Amino acid sequence: MTDTPGHLLIVDDNKVNRLLLSRSVELLGHHASVAENGRIAMEMLSNQPFDLLLLDIEMPEMDGFQVLEAIKSNTDLRDLPVIVTSSIEGLGNVVRCIELGAEDYLPKPVNKTLLGARVSSGLEKKRLRDEQKRLLERFATTEVAQDLQESGFAIGGKRANASVLFCDIRGFTTLSENLAPEETIDLLNTFYTLMFEAVTSNGGIVSLMLGDGLMALFGVPQPLPNSAQSAVAAGREMHNMIEILNLERRAEGKSDLKIGIGIATGEVVAGYAGTDDRATYTCIGSTVNLAARLEAETQITGSRILIDQETLELLEGATVLESFAGSRIKGFSDPLDIHAL
Amino acid sequence: MTDSPIDHEIFSELKYATGEEFAAELVNTFLDEAPGMIDELKAAAGASDTDRYRRAAHSIKSNANTFGATALADLAKDVELGNLPEAGDLADAEALEAALNTAVAALRSLIDD
Repeated sequence: MTDTPGHLLIVDDNKVNRLLLSRSVELLGHHASVAENGRIAMEMLSNQPFDLLLLDIEMPEMDGFQVLEAIKSNTDLRDLPVIVTSSIEGLGNVVRCIELGAEDYLPKPVNKTLLGARVSSGLEKKRLRDEQKRLLERFATTEVAQDLQESGFAIGGKRANASVLFCDIRGFTTLSENLAPEETIDLLNTFYTLMFEAVTSNGGIVSLMLGDGLMALFGVPQPLPNSAQSAVAAGREMHNMIEILNLERRAEGKSDLKIGIGIATGEVVAGYAGTDDRATYTCIGSTVNLAARLEAETQITGSRILIDQETLELLEGATVLESFAGSRIKGFSDPLDIHAL
Repeated sequence: MTDSPIDHEIFSELKYATGEEFAAELVNTFLDEAPGMIDELKAAAGASDTDRYRRAAHSIKSNANTFGATALADLAKDVELGNLPEAGDLADAEALEAALNTAVAALRSLIDD
């Protein structure tokens, strides 16, 4: 037994079945609660969390099909894995369970070994979904997390179109050399608070914090009507916030903070990467590299925001301050047109 | 059809998987519940309630399979999939009751061993 014990809810109108399933689940090292029909099960589910549901189909009052429908239309419950355990006749009914979102179907009498394997796999799915939810809530706004829960999670990587934004404090190393360690952390905390606000208020998520900089994603995991527009709006807001911060800093006799922002738009591979213990929602692909390079390039061009051609093409009514046609960007063999906003 | 109403391989597997004491307890639960299931079947037939009738037969089938009561399970399955009899026609219910009584007697002797 390597599984962490889970709390399972067994829903069956037949007493012998309830006892037998409870026993089997307990022998597997998990905790079991029981409900006599679908209605009671739904009440229990709304009152306390469960990790997995073992659901019978033929039941009075509220049958298994109705329970599946109720669970899948409830945002708080839709991620709860359901294994249907039934001796219902007809392949059509089994198909119906799966179509209604059941994770699996185990015919009764339930084979002990099979039950063990399916329960482990169901609990693992639940654990991953909970982990994703937790991570998302940390990196995204409540709205984004909520929206994702409603639209469902895509487990694993997927290709998507997105805008990637890199932001960095210029000359931070030199700046921090003259600061006490507490002051440095204080400054970074202020910086991050402002930058997170700019990102999340424009529908993006911060996927990485890198010392004195960050990487933000727009358009993944949740699609945006115009990811480029949102990323640029966030970039402008970041500059506005830094200007306000600088007014305060000047009043205290401190030097100005300067940031550089690079934004690129295109196809990315997005998903959860890491290990079991630590994973993060991230993006990879040449769009990400380009955004990072553009941010570095702002130091050379002295621009506030540098964007790539794809981002520009998606912008509505933006004023380009300067375009650098045919720029050589490190890591990109072809010259690129980049634009300063 | 085997000579015994109970498939001993299935019943042994149940004892092995859940423990002998638990298996006996489970049989006793079934012995307590079974007459109610037959009553339910008869009541559903009397009330011409198709869902209730099917559910009662389904329940008997499900438990019969658990204990390896193969003949009972087969008969219950026929009733589950069959049509609701005319009101007052208890032939199917009575046939099932007879099969159930045979299985119950066999199960009782198995746990008394």
